[in-house]
Amino acid sequence: MTETARPIIQIQNVSKRFGKVTAVDNVTLDINAGEFFVLLGPSGCGKTTLLRMIAGFELPSEGKILIDGQDMAGIPPNKRPVNMVFQSYAVFPHMSVADNVAYGLKIAGVKGSEIKDRVAEALELVKLGGFETRMPDQMSGGQRQRVALARSLVMRPKVLLLDEPLSALDAKLRAQMQFELSDLQKKVGITFVTVTHDQDEALSMACRIGVINKGEVAQLATPSDLYEYPANRFVADFVGSVNIFEGKLTLDDPDKAAVDCPGLGKVYLNHGVTGPHGADVGIALRPEKIYLHVPGEGKAVKAAAQDAPDGYNFARGKIKGMSYLGDITLFEIELESGACLRVSRPNLSRHDQDDFTWGDKVSMHWRADSPVVLLG
Amino acid sequence: MALFARTPVAPLEYSRTLWMRLWVGAVMVFLYAPLIVLMIFSFNDSKRNVVWRGFTTKYYEKALGNDQLVEALINSLTIAALATIVSLVLGAVAAVMLWRFRFPLKSAVDGTISLPIIVPEICLGVAFLMFFAAVNWPTDLIWPFNLGAITVAHITFCFPFVTMVVRSRLATFNREQEEAAKDLGASEWQVFRDVLIPHIKPALVAGALLSFTLSLDDFVITYFTSGPDTITFPVKVYSMVRFSVTPEVNAASTLLIILTVALTFVALKLQGVKAIAETH
Repeated sequence: MTETARPIIQIQNVSKRFGKVTAVDNVTLDINAGEFFVLLGPSGCGKTTLLRMIAGFELPSEGKILIDGQDMAGIPPNKRPVNMVFQSYAVFPHMSVADNVAYGLKIAGVKGSEIKDRVAEALELVKLGGFETRMPDQMSGGQRQRVALARSLVMRPKVLLLDEPLSALDAKLRAQMQFELSDLQKKVGITFVTVTHDQDEALSMACRIGVINKGEVAQLATPSDLYEYPANRFVADFVGSVNIFEGKLTLDDPDKAAVDCPGLGKVYLNHGVTGPHGADVGIALRPEKIYLHVPGEGKAVKAAAQDAPDGYNFARGKIKGMSYLGDITLFEIELESGACLRVSRPNLSRHDQDDFTWGDKVSMHWRADSPVVLLG
Repeated sequence: MALFARTPVAPLEYSRTLWMRLWVGAVMVFLYAPLIVLMIFSFNDSKRNVVWRGFTTKYYEKALGNDQLVEALINSLTIAALATIVSLVLGAVAAVMLWRFRFPLKSAVDGTISLPIIVPEICLGVAFLMFFAAVNWPTDLIWPFNLGAITVAHITFCFPFVTMVVRSRLATFNREQEEAAKDLGASEWQVFRDVLIPHIKPALVAGALLSFTLSLDDFVITYFTSGPDTITFPVKVYSMVRFSVTPEVNAASTLLIILTVALTFVALKLQGVKAIAETH
């Protein structure tokens, strides 16, 4: 990444309407040169429309898009300094791999000898060296995607746009491609903008993520900020698994706060939230941040925590459901209030799943810096 | 072990059941027996061509020596070639237009474009006869311009077939390929040339085959639109049959069959049977 973040794509107050439907609603967004940016959102949220507007396949109803400082209004897709990898890959079926990759260079009038070198270089980059004469129908989906990648990268675009690049791959290959894509991005240094509905994909690849909901930017943050400090209920719920409780802000000092939740009881935080006293807020609590006590262990922990009463939150409940997932076990715990709390527990030893069974009365605690107060 | 002696037959393996084989055989006989008889009797050494009287190739010499028949054949081939080329361009352009663009009265155009396929040939023939008479179409032009009227008529009923085949192929086109080409810098024309044409190529070959054979063996419409000096092969054969069915007619027909089969074979080799089969 460059030392000073220089915006390569500037999206300014862009809206897109299809008839009466507003697909993109007044979005303002800067994407920096050299970063791996991911647009994340549920299907139909407008993220693909946004990407297609950058590529030039859709025109904004309002607002403007600047690429490298240049206004893109009136510039058709074939004249924009960006290239796109399509969801279906759109590899030309009647051309060999080398011809596919060379197509853009031929159109641009690059010399034959240079084309050959650059095609070989691009194929090497996506690990398809030696596949030059293959036809697309002799290749797997993953290989076709690499052809599409090479075909775009060979153009040395300022920005590479990827539309749901991994959605058509099976789970194993997808995980591998996530690493390869971020590696590739670091190697070529080109700005990548990816659209996805898959949060794992977004979290693992992105430098920054823009979460889109109903055509608007719900939050713009790094993956860890997005997960640990979600700005609103939508982001907290959409990214990762979460317990959300509604409550009222009853205490709000600079160094501590408390929220009274009918479902969860009083939740203590070790920082202020700067919300109006008595405001209706949400509490988001990730399942892995809740520590489940093995029966008998709870009392000792609580006693030890007495010295720092604001440091820990406690709760009691009954195990209503358990699902063993191998690396972790997911518990559904019915609290005394009747509300349910999802808790995950890593299986650190082989016998960890034997510690609990259905109907067990359990106690839990979580740190005072774990809950997130949701004002939006 | 006699119980298991019979080779088991899979539920959908119809080709191995006896009655199915008989049925297929019967269909083959009804389809091809007349053609084979026609070919065999082209070598019959008899004027009346009813009873086999010995092998000869003299009727082939006679057919090829018949100037009128050869002229008719050349006319037919010329008309078929011209009609195919024009139908191909017109049909493909119409298909792309109907697939790609929105324009006023599109549904009306869509509906009427296939009218020449639906309207009975005899009606088309009469209509052309009256049309060419009404516009005073010149009949005394030199070859090949004297074939103009027939060629125009043939194009009219050939190009809707091309449109139909090309449209069904276009329906399977992935629009992202077009966008990908544009994204890589291609202009509209380059997209058309490099992406769309290769995609519809099998349909173009299939459409050309259809047009060529339809034009070559058309009788009804040609009969109404041919002038006194513009005889085509089917019309000529018809007039010969009116006097007597000699082996000469058989010989000429056999040559035509061989010609069309050869053409089809070449076209299929060019494109691959599979790609053409996929367009239907």
